[in-house]
Amino acid sequence: MPGKIVTTVIGLAVAGGVAGWFITAPQTVNAGLYSGLNGNAEHGKLVFDAAGCASCHTAPDSKHDGPPVLSGGRAFASDFGTFYAPNISPDTTHGIGAWGLTDLANAMIKGTSPDGQHYYPAFPYTTYTHAAPQDVTDLFAYMQTLPTDPTPSKAHDVSFPFNIRRSLGGWKVLFFSDDWIGPDTTDQIARGRYLVEALGHCAECHTPRNALGRLDKSRWLQGAPNPSGRGTIPDITPASLTWSQADLVEYFTSGFTPDYDSAGGEMADVVQNLSKLPKEDRQAIAAYLKALP
Amino acid sequence: MTLRAFLTTLTLSAVAATGAYAQDDAAKAAIKARQAQMDLYAFNLGALGAMAKGAVAYDADAASKAAGNLAMLTKLDQSRMWPEGSDDMSADNTRALPAMWENMGDVMAKGGDLAKAAAAMEAAAGNGLESLQAAMGPLGGACGACHKAYRAPES
Repeated sequence: MPGKIVTTVIGLAVAGGVAGWFITAPQTVNAGLYSGLNGNAEHGKLVFDAAGCASCHTAPDSKHDGPPVLSGGRAFASDFGTFYAPNISPDTTHGIGAWGLTDLANAMIKGTSPDGQHYYPAFPYTTYTHAAPQDVTDLFAYMQTLPTDPTPSKAHDVSFPFNIRRSLGGWKVLFFSDDWIGPDTTDQIARGRYLVEALGHCAECHTPRNALGRLDKSRWLQGAPNPSGRGTIPDITPASLTWSQADLVEYFTSGFTPDYDSAGGEMADVVQNLSKLPKEDRQAIAAYLKALP
Repeated sequence: MTLRAFLTTLTLSAVAATGAYAQDDAAKAAIKARQAQMDLYAFNLGALGAMAKGAVAYDADAASKAAGNLAMLTKLDQSRMWPEGSDDMSADNTRALPAMWENMGDVMAKGGDLAKAAAAMEAAAGNGLESLQAAMGPLGGACGACHKAYRAPES
């Protein structure tokens, strides 16, 4: 009898392990969604700016003149260790020059690398998973036009157990969803929602997280401690944000607050990206924020 | 310790302490002065921004005056406004990061960029609303460049 229990327990453990192994396996996109699409690099630049790629993937000391050099190297401290943004320039050895379109799609939509590993969610694929296939295709076309850079990517400095990439499969099962959060009551608000929830990844900083780094979607955009350890990132829902729609648009355009202070810290980068979008897109983001519950 | 040595030590300590107080006062005064300058920037930007946002009607004369003030403010000599010991680790009521003093060349370059953006606004502000609106972005970018690199987050 005890032998039977042991056998059962072992059997269950093996079954659980096998099931767990499959559940935590990295996933890939349906390649058919991308096969007929042609990339438009000019529109891809807008996707690139809206998604804020340059803010993380340019070198820490880079200037902002000319096309961005996506050599990587910026450090992102977190409770789990320090992540380093990789080289995503079109360099075939150290960048992503050897990638195909579906490799980029798998990275952005599924958080899966070309060699079938999970990416850490410091790369905000939990946001980009909402990106439209055409936008990913256009982005891919644009990124191929950027300068190559031979800087090797730096290994992340992450401690056990978070350094076991497979464990991220479990994290994804629990926390990775493609649900939309905010309203889409008008075309403008829907466009704003796409810019915020699919590309802009505002929530990555403006929404608080639990101990395992999961966004608390019940407190969507309601502010959070600054991961740098100093200060807080503000609540940008109508409950706290008293700025008018025009105030928000001006802030996204020039970085000036209603009392003519200017954006600093990470938000200065965000404004730099948003200022390159069409005015209608900045208005759409403002409309979405004003429409939040 | 002899009385003489004691008195000498006491005197030197007093001198050192006075020196420290003087430096502290200089830092306080400098912090107030540079924040006053920031307030004057904001006050004049407010006139321009209200028009850019459409909160008040465009007025070429008022816009030119505000932009002229702004350009003039960027020309003030600031060499006494940033003494050693007036960073946020050494002094209260400031968010200026110590990194400023380690990168003065870059700080000066960013100040130069602000002066250029303000001059461009001075040239643009009187030439219609769209011209004013187009000059707001680069001006904000110039402010933000320094704030991004050298200002601590609000605590």
